[in-house]
Amino acid sequence: MRLKLVPSETTWDFFRFSKLALGGSALAVIASIVLFFVAGLNFGIDFRGGTTIRTEAHSAVDVAAYRDALQGLALGDISITEVFDPNFNADQHVTMVNVQAQDGQEAVTPDTITAIEAALEEVDPTITFPSVESVGPTVSGELVQTAILAVTLAIAAVLIYIWLRFEWQFSLGAVVALVHDVMLTIGVFSLFQIRFDLAIIAALLTIVGYSLNDTVVVFDRVRENLRKYKKRPLGEVLNLSINETLSRTVMTSVTTLIALIALFVLGGDVIRGFVFAMIWGVVVGTYSSVFVASAVLLRLGVTRDWSKSDSGPGGGSGGGTQFANVDA
Amino acid sequence: MLNISLWNRIVIWGIVALGLAFAAPNLFYPRVERHNDAAAAIEAGLAEEGAQADLAAWPSFLPSTLVNLGLDLRGGAHLLAQVQVEDVYEARMDALWPSVRDALREQRDTVGTIRRQDSPPGELHVRISQPEGMTAALGAVRALSQPVSSLTGVGASTLDVRAEGDTLIVTLSQAERAATDDRTMRQSVEIVRRRVDEVGTREPTIQRQGEDRVLIQVPGIGSAEELKRLIGTTARLTFHPVTGRGGAGLQPQSREIVLPDIEETGVFYRLEQTPVLSGEDLSDAQPGFNQNGQPTVNFTLTTSGARAFCQYSQNNVGAPFAIVLDEEVISAPTIREAICGGSGQISGNFTVESSTELAVLLRAGALPAEMIFLEERTIGPELGADSIAAGEVAAVVAGVVVLLFMGLSYGLFGLFANIALILNVVLIFGLLSLIGATLTLPGIAGIVLTIGMAVDANVLIFERIREELKTAKGPARAIELGYERARSAIYDANVTTFITALILFMMGSGPVRGFAITLGLGIVTSVFTALFVTRLLIVMWFERRRPKTIEV
Repeated sequence: MRLKLVPSETTWDFFRFSKLALGGSALAVIASIVLFFVAGLNFGIDFRGGTTIRTEAHSAVDVAAYRDALQGLALGDISITEVFDPNFNADQHVTMVNVQAQDGQEAVTPDTITAIEAALEEVDPTITFPSVESVGPTVSGELVQTAILAVTLAIAAVLIYIWLRFEWQFSLGAVVALVHDVMLTIGVFSLFQIRFDLAIIAALLTIVGYSLNDTVVVFDRVRENLRKYKKRPLGEVLNLSINETLSRTVMTSVTTLIALIALFVLGGDVIRGFVFAMIWGVVVGTYSSVFVASAVLLRLGVTRDWSKSDSGPGGGSGGGTQFANVDA
Repeated sequence: MLNISLWNRIVIWGIVALGLAFAAPNLFYPRVERHNDAAAAIEAGLAEEGAQADLAAWPSFLPSTLVNLGLDLRGGAHLLAQVQVEDVYEARMDALWPSVRDALREQRDTVGTIRRQDSPPGELHVRISQPEGMTAALGAVRALSQPVSSLTGVGASTLDVRAEGDTLIVTLSQAERAATDDRTMRQSVEIVRRRVDEVGTREPTIQRQGEDRVLIQVPGIGSAEELKRLIGTTARLTFHPVTGRGGAGLQPQSREIVLPDIEETGVFYRLEQTPVLSGEDLSDAQPGFNQNGQPTVNFTLTTSGARAFCQYSQNNVGAPFAIVLDEEVISAPTIREAICGGSGQISGNFTVESSTELAVLLRAGALPAEMIFLEERTIGPELGADSIAAGEVAAVVAGVVVLLFMGLSYGLFGLFANIALILNVVLIFGLLSLIGATLTLPGIAGIVLTIGMAVDANVLIFERIREELKTAKGPARAIELGYERARSAIYDANVTTFITALILFMMGSGPVRGFAITLGLGIVTSVFTALFVTRLLIVMWFERRRPKTIEV
């Protein structure tokens, strides 16, 4: 007896509510953009500059007392968040103290950190500082640029690769789906004000990779089926391809989610935001490869005048020739 | 049909065996680490007691390279420093002044008297009293210029000389600045490395980044503060003749400088600008104690330094001289007799720690330019250990659940995929050790993610075999077609993910780069295990059993 998440043969019509899905996605993207401009992102020091100190104490944390102790230092914007994690011991009380970059200071000043540590030690003598991180404004500015560049480059590289391997319509469909995924992820981070730091950019790029993985598998089958059923309308071929690859799509998403959820629950608070981004990305990416990428492809249409020799568009070495033999 | 040649089989099993061998040391991390330390100590002839026992704890015929743990897992300090390369231009101009002066003096008849003017840093301004002789003056100074000795600066000369009214302005040329910057950076990196090596921590990373930055990562050091004290000090030591002592109002004469005393506030010394000795004349420095039991730094001079100091002290018995460290006078003793032994003692208000620190800095040499710090991170070792523990638990749980899930979904074939999945993680560790990559916390996340995604290639193949079973003639043909037809999807899907991992690797730094590495390696190993290892397992099973029907 096999465990089957999806019946072995499905003939679901994925495009029946296509307009609704596309409309919903468009709305969600717009909402994300609005959120980004209205609420903004909770940038970590990587992008904003400043100092983050992780504190650990044996006695319960009184955030107000911490705040009062630091108020006297006139450091500007200070945020103190208590951190909870199932991995912590009963007497392990952790907070993250964020201090903004100090005006007019290019470099990181040790005096500020020493002053903060001394002030907190007065509140709670058992306090220790497992990590202290400072980033100056120059570097954080550059990190922002690098991050934007990285995401843009990744999307551009993918656009080109798919264009070479498939056709421009596929490429555009995939990229619309990618932009959709990245936007929605940023939207969620803005909505819940989860700390957005350098690791989240890594998560964004992984989402790009994952979502693409999914889209490409569907597209690969579409290409194959387009050759097999030369006369059937595109909508039918797309639907057939999605149905055929559905059990794989679900299977891979589920195993990936299992791994990520294990990491989310057990992996500690340091990378929780990072893992959250990826979980969200896997869910959105799976959805978008069917309901966004394929739907866009359906609307763009495909040129189906491939030469009989079947050398494959853009010189795809593997697929073309093999399937030609099978058809013959 | 399902033929895999013997050679292919040997290569596949060979790669798997190599992966196992290279991954194995990581299972016994502390033991292998002690083995490596002991081996290094014996190599260096510094073996302590027990080194032989540590060395024997791990058989030497097995690979002993380990995955490096990143700072976020091991704890330590990370600094990003910017080297103030412009500082060097100023020093160069000061050094150039005597030759410019001499060159112009030779032309006294045409240029008249000369005088050095105040100037912005990095420029040398010289006023001549007969402006009509400017052409000759320009020519004389330009003659001092030399071809730039660098690959990019071919054909350019070192100095730019121009006239503004009666003032001659000398600056370093663009090409020479670039060459100087490069030299400054290389020196800075070298000296930082020497200083960090002096304190003897394990596997520090000292890298030049971009035009004028140095990245320093030292595992195991207590805090970034400590590291900054070690490398942030310029440690330029000089000995100057003293020409006067006084309060804040002390004015320097021509070619003199006024520097404060390090201990007594409000006390200043007037010194000759040109030092008698500098840090380069030191051959060694060690912490010590004077006869009163106070900590001191004892130094030995090089042969030429000893000769220069001997001569100077002979001619200046009874006169004071100042020992200056980074623009502060640490002591100003009076010369009682000629000092020709080539060694000496610096006593100031030292503690045992500060004298040890200064000795380290003096041994390693002075930084050519000041550094400012743009980024600093300290991660405590406990936090790193917690992260490793949490990562391990998460990876094991994720692995077990995925294995169960695959087994339930694909039966025997799921078992094959599971063997491949385990090998996959082993291969990632083997590769990480082999290339000496660094594992970071996001890197662990990358491995866990790979555990989830690695089954993808197998799932693609198995699903395809299921489909082919419906139409193909017999199980062997279905398996073959399944592999053949899934291949293009596997390649396309993994190449695109690999592209993003590559971009992440190029753009990212530190932890993010660690993630890119494990993600990228995970893609390579998962494609390898799916296309070769599971296939070989299935073929071997098939050859033995020859089943008439199969269920995937």
